[in-house]
Amino acid sequence: MNLTLKVWRQKDSKSPGRIETYAAKNIPESASFLEMLDIVNEDIMHAGGEPIMFESDCREGICGTCSMVINGYAHGGQRGTTVCQLHMRHFKDGDELTIEPWRAAAFPVVRDLVVNRSGLDRIIQSGGYVSVRTGSAVDGNALPVPKKNSDLAMDAAQCIGCGACVAACKNGSAMLFLSAKVGHLGLLPQGQPERHRRVLNMVRQHDQEGFGNCTNQYECEAVCPKEISSTFITRLNRDYAVASARELLGAV
Amino acid sequence: MSTPDFRNVSPLAAPPTRDAATANGALDGKTPQGPLAGAWDRYRAEVQLINPANKRKYQVIVVGSGLAGGAAAATLSELGYQVSCFCYQDSPRRAHSIAAQGGINAAKNYQNDGDSIFRLFYDTIKGGDFRSREANVYRLAQVSRDIIDQCVAQGVPFAREYGGQLANRSFGGAQVSRTFYARGQTGQQLLLGAYSALSKQIATGGVKMFSHCEMQDLIVIDGHAKGIVTRDLFTGEIQTHMAHAVVLATGGYGNVFYLSTNARGCNVTATWRAHRRGAFFANPCYTQIHPTCIPVGGDYQSKLTLMSESLRNDGRVWAPAKKGDKRAPQDIPESERDYYLERKYPSYGNLAPRDISSRAAKEACDDGRGVGDHGLGVYLDFADSIKRLGEPLIRERYGNLFDMYEKITGENAYQRPMRIFPAVHYTMGGLWVDYNLMSNLPGLHVIGEANFSDHGANRLGASALMQGLADGYFVLPYTIGVYLASEGGKKLPKADHPEAAAVREASTGRLQKMLAINGKRTPGEFHRELGLLMWDKCGMARNRDGLQHALQRIPQLREEFWQNLRVPGEAGNLNHALDHANRVSDYLEFAETMCFDALHREESCGGHFREEYQTEDGEAMRDDDNYAYVAAWEHKGADAQPYLHKEPLEFKEVHLAVRSYK
Repeated sequence: MNLTLKVWRQKDSKSPGRIETYAAKNIPESASFLEMLDIVNEDIMHAGGEPIMFESDCREGICGTCSMVINGYAHGGQRGTTVCQLHMRHFKDGDELTIEPWRAAAFPVVRDLVVNRSGLDRIIQSGGYVSVRTGSAVDGNALPVPKKNSDLAMDAAQCIGCGACVAACKNGSAMLFLSAKVGHLGLLPQGQPERHRRVLNMVRQHDQEGFGNCTNQYECEAVCPKEISSTFITRLNRDYAVASARELLGAV
Repeated sequence: MSTPDFRNVSPLAAPPTRDAATANGALDGKTPQGPLAGAWDRYRAEVQLINPANKRKYQVIVVGSGLAGGAAAATLSELGYQVSCFCYQDSPRRAHSIAAQGGINAAKNYQNDGDSIFRLFYDTIKGGDFRSREANVYRLAQVSRDIIDQCVAQGVPFAREYGGQLANRSFGGAQVSRTFYARGQTGQQLLLGAYSALSKQIATGGVKMFSHCEMQDLIVIDGHAKGIVTRDLFTGEIQTHMAHAVVLATGGYGNVFYLSTNARGCNVTATWRAHRRGAFFANPCYTQIHPTCIPVGGDYQSKLTLMSESLRNDGRVWAPAKKGDKRAPQDIPESERDYYLERKYPSYGNLAPRDISSRAAKEACDDGRGVGDHGLGVYLDFADSIKRLGEPLIRERYGNLFDMYEKITGENAYQRPMRIFPAVHYTMGGLWVDYNLMSNLPGLHVIGEANFSDHGANRLGASALMQGLADGYFVLPYTIGVYLASEGGKKLPKADHPEAAAVREASTGRLQKMLAINGKRTPGEFHRELGLLMWDKCGMARNRDGLQHALQRIPQLREEFWQNLRVPGEAGNLNHALDHANRVSDYLEFAETMCFDALHREESCGGHFREEYQTEDGEAMRDDDNYAYVAAWEHKGADAQPYLHKEPLEFKEVHLAVRSYK
């Protein structure tokens, strides 16, 4: 198939960007979206140009590296799919596709479609862990966890940290990302000792990084490639309310 | 077999900076003396310690943030060392360990099915076709139990039974259920556990994290590894970092084949550049071809996707019994299907080890019985399990894998069997290390897939995660002290040391040279051509003629690379084409050493199958009299043949046997 691509090109974080048009020719239906871009990039290089910079690594939907908005949808609009798992059979010959980077105040563009997502790392650093020193653990089975809780914790823990939730949110909020970690650890007995301190610190870091507030639009849930439920945001709000009250009483 | 008659067993606290190559030319693995059981405990009881106040004075560089690197950086920092950690990805959470699907082995015996440290040790040694070092493997089996405890404490959501206890599944090459898992995303969950520990230490200031920074070269001063040169892939900035010790946790070299299950960015650059600076590369020809991957689609394809080995718990592998049978799978009656693994290996059946299953698939396809458009595939069929257990249970166990399969192929594996074919997945070879996980270059430690030490010629499923975390959490944090407590603790050279400056200069020059060629072929084109050559001549099966052909072709391709490469853009900015070219330049050197190794090892063992050395029924034929050693290659220049050092392998606790899964 043949397609027309309108791609965001930006030389670096300081230069202004613009949309440029490219032709994607003879693209096989079974190719992935990123393989289509690989083909276009080879053509650009042979023609003497600089390839479109986009990030990808595992190309099987788990590392969370790939990140682009296609025709307005983060990861391209297929349910539960990262852009690396999106295949060209979902497009038609002659389609015109607009490809943009994640757009959010907290994700500055590095180049073309590559953005800096280190803010997400700093949110985790502010409390997204259980403080346990290597070697100090008890036997694994000494800590039984009800299967239901464990399964639900796993639903949240699947987050790949891609940032699509932020890109899709009109407020640029990372609440779904944050709530997945708070939910994962809050559902397990291991996460209890630091539960309140964790949620307070992580929310504060989130705000400090320039991510916006959640206003319950659920765009995040719709684009999440791991289909993480917005009910984790509800849990987060509950935890945050309890933790804030306890903080007022000096009990965190 | 004849036991090698020389072996240099050193006392535990032997000066670690002694040249690992001893007078008679044999490499010394520095394994502890005495019985294997208890050896690691004795080592820990006797090893030199560094007091907490002094640990703060030591800088340690960890390159890589996967299971091995992330765990090591976090743990070393908890101990008090000043750690700098580097990864090429934009976040340490994206290291390729994240893609491991099936599980992690541990000798917990929670199933009461007869598992033990010895059994895990034995399975691993046998699975590796008796080409790994006994003492390392025993230690691995021993600490496997601590890993599970540690990960549970971190909040890793392992699968549970209804009573709240940890669940297990079976994996290839074992007759016990010892694999712990988190759906089909075990690697992800274990990595996020290590990442959380790392994040905790970054927050305390104990670890300085350098994301999107790729190691360019190793700085060696007076024979000791004392730092690295890195490039910031976002800005292009070249930096020099000095440390008392350097730890490489940079994974394997599977992408030398271009197509593999590795992430696009996985590369051999860190280990290869360290090799060029003097570290020996051990057993590079041992590569693992995973039997259950989605078959290649077309020449535009950028990677191969693994379908976890855990699927073989409930899936049955078959090919049509008749050649050229093009009927749809559901139209082929039971009597005309060949469940070849169950037929050939009745006691292990569909859970035969990876190398054996891969070769059996190749055999069926070579025989003209392959399925799919190109005839390069066999079926993995869940119909029986769905009938027996119901679709919901299969969905719960493997749902994400079935979804992934459907996304890529557009086929529903609940309704028709998956098509699978072997693909490059893991590399057992790596930089040579001793029992302390230190290479022959004093100060340079190598952990995880990047070293050669624990899997011999073939790795069993669910053992990579185990080794990465064992090295990172429980082994290196002890053994690195041996080096630091002695010579390693000497004064730290400054970043403007002439040697460091020269290495930095060389790194910059190399990149500028690539940019200046302005030829016609892109890095991807060179990579693809090299990959096809390697898959053809040094892949699932190798022979003398093919390897000699590859050894002629690789230098030609390398020469062409340096004359006809096209890399647009500049070095002082984000430039993926340059990153790729830089990595391909190393593959073009490394591939040659890999072929030398495959050519010199005139036997078949594990993942190294030399067509000249097989039994009548096509099984690998080992030659223990002549090849029961680790081949460690010393770099002698880009266009010179590498020099072979040998570490004899002595087996005290297990008997060398023909590896049978029949």
